[in-house]
Amino acid sequence: MEIFGIPIQAFLGQLLLGLVNGSFYAMLSLGLAVIFGLLGIVNFAHGAFYMMGAYVAFVALDVFGLNYWMVLLIAPLLVGIVGVVLERTLLKHLYKIDPIYGLLLTFGLALIAEGMFREFFGVSGQSYPVPDLLQGATNLGFMVLPNYRAWVVFASLSVCLSTWFVIERTRLGSYLRAGTENPQLVQAFGINVPMMVMLTYGAGCGLAALAGVLAAPVIQINPLMGSNLIIVVFAVVVIGGMGSIMGAIITGVALGLIEGLTKVFYPEASNIVVFVIMAIVLLIRPVGLFGKEA
Amino acid sequence: MKLKKIISALSIAGLGMVGIHAQAQVSGDVIRIGFITDLSGLYADIDGPAGAEAIRMAIADLGGSVAGKKIELLVADHQNKPDVAAAKAREWFDTQGVDMLVGGTNSGTALAMAKVAQEKKKLFIAIGAGTSALTNEQCNAYTIHYAYDTVALAKGTGGAVVKAGGKSWYFLTADYAFGASLQNDTANVVKAAGGTVVGAVKHPLSASDFSSFLLQAQGSKAQILGLANAGGDTINAIKAANEFGITKSMKLAGLLVFINDIHSLGLKSTQGMYLTDSWYWNKDAETRAWSRKFFEKLKRMPSSIQAADYSAASQYLQAVKAAGTDDSGKVSAQLKKTKINDMFAKGGYIREDGRMIHDMYLMQVKTPDKSVEPWDYYNVVETIKGEAAFTTKAESKCASWK
Repeated sequence: MEIFGIPIQAFLGQLLLGLVNGSFYAMLSLGLAVIFGLLGIVNFAHGAFYMMGAYVAFVALDVFGLNYWMVLLIAPLLVGIVGVVLERTLLKHLYKIDPIYGLLLTFGLALIAEGMFREFFGVSGQSYPVPDLLQGATNLGFMVLPNYRAWVVFASLSVCLSTWFVIERTRLGSYLRAGTENPQLVQAFGINVPMMVMLTYGAGCGLAALAGVLAAPVIQINPLMGSNLIIVVFAVVVIGGMGSIMGAIITGVALGLIEGLTKVFYPEASNIVVFVIMAIVLLIRPVGLFGKEA
Repeated sequence: MKLKKIISALSIAGLGMVGIHAQAQVSGDVIRIGFITDLSGLYADIDGPAGAEAIRMAIADLGGSVAGKKIELLVADHQNKPDVAAAKAREWFDTQGVDMLVGGTNSGTALAMAKVAQEKKKLFIAIGAGTSALTNEQCNAYTIHYAYDTVALAKGTGGAVVKAGGKSWYFLTADYAFGASLQNDTANVVKAAGGTVVGAVKHPLSASDFSSFLLQAQGSKAQILGLANAGGDTINAIKAANEFGITKSMKLAGLLVFINDIHSLGLKSTQGMYLTDSWYWNKDAETRAWSRKFFEKLKRMPSSIQAADYSAASQYLQAVKAAGTDDSGKVSAQLKKTKINDMFAKGGYIREDGRMIHDMYLMQVKTPDKSVEPWDYYNVVETIKGEAAFTTKAESKCASWK
């Protein structure tokens, strides 16, 4: 059996790989969407936090002998703290002025972080081994799926859905959403809004770091890994609708799938297909697929 | 009496003039070498700041001066942008009095700098760039291509792998000029040796994920997967090939692999791979001795490009000494008539088209248990004679070499 001249096995294989990439997009764009939705900051440093997460994993194993599972907790925490410090010292001064300043600041921070890591680790990058428990691959009949990739899909979709649940379905989430709508009013109810905003930024950065740890065993860890990915992730957020959390998750996964199929039908276009879709979506629905009309 | 005085004064002055002539004719009283390479981007490890250090080592080994003139080195980052490289080269030739320019990694920047150097009639030695166009279609009298090129890589790895039984090939190719030329050169070699090319897939430069391309390659049922890419792309492709078990059904042939790539991937995922390079630090006693000195300074072993940086700078300076001038034409003539014998090349010579002809090495990556020390990664499988490694006169399209 064939679909568009491609054997069904190959087709299913490519779809599955698209799903793996899509889960990375979903996780990264989720963090961006949370930060933009609640803080109104276009966080260009997101790729740098992703890269830092991967480096924390590498250093933890190489220097301290800490295994993958511990790093899954430590990296988001450490990078989250870096995020909190940046929010307290720099970002908080920018909330009341034009969002372009936040964008410029975070972009500058990303360049500084990249430069520092490049100076220290070089550009060829470092390898991180797949954890023992997830070694090997499973033969699915139509393709051989490395166990680790299956874990990535599972882990990232769980994280995405729980984040969505916390923000959209819990009391804490409702404070957060209310705090962004009308901070004075929420503060009047005795809720510490600046603290909440700070923790949100930290959590968003932590999500990026978690994606970095998940990516470490599959791609070469290097200082530029974040900037290679961040542009695509921004496109995902724009297509999904800035600030829409479910939008970011669904669009991330969907674009991963579309990109995967493009790699089969017309590989040369695989790195622009996301931007073509972005252009079309912006023409038809400027607020993005899941964005609310202003 | 008066006449006698005038004559003796004139003759003294004349002697003085002769004296000046006998001294080196060096412009600006300094020999200035310029070095433009990628100091911060994806190729910064294979050349970069350590390449500049290698040139400094060459200068220091000559005592910091030749023919009584001080040697200076200028270093700049081209950020992998041809326009930046060309502008810097122009500025240095015009205002800094640079006598010779060394070009680091990235073919695009090298082609751009070669044009400027030709226009300014200054010597340009390309080291890290791969494109064979530098001494082929775009050859000129002022360009020397020193370390390797895509033709040599193709003939080395392509030829050896077909000979070892790898008849059917599939290419994974970086979608830009360098990838296309590497694929094309290799495909020609494979076909000439009786092999077949069953297909190819192009991937974008700096692709983050290779699994999908690799799955297509696997579907082709070819024996050999030729990686016509470089740096981070090669590294990520090899990583994914291992993860997806591609390496069980296909053998990988890295068409441009540097020792730094092997170092960052580790032997476990690269063992058994064939590659061609112009030099290997652990080849013989002489290369080891120099490499240990390099290691002391930089805490890593040199790549072939860094060794070639050293060799080229040192050969140039010796040619300046022998010619007694830094005039580009004369130094170039001197370089072209001298055999190159140092730790980088034995019996090497620079051809009329600017190509430095020297032996290339086909190597195979060691298994982890055969590697006795850090950076001990290769077995030299075959020494490819310079005449067999590079473009021949019959194949060449260099107009000035016809």
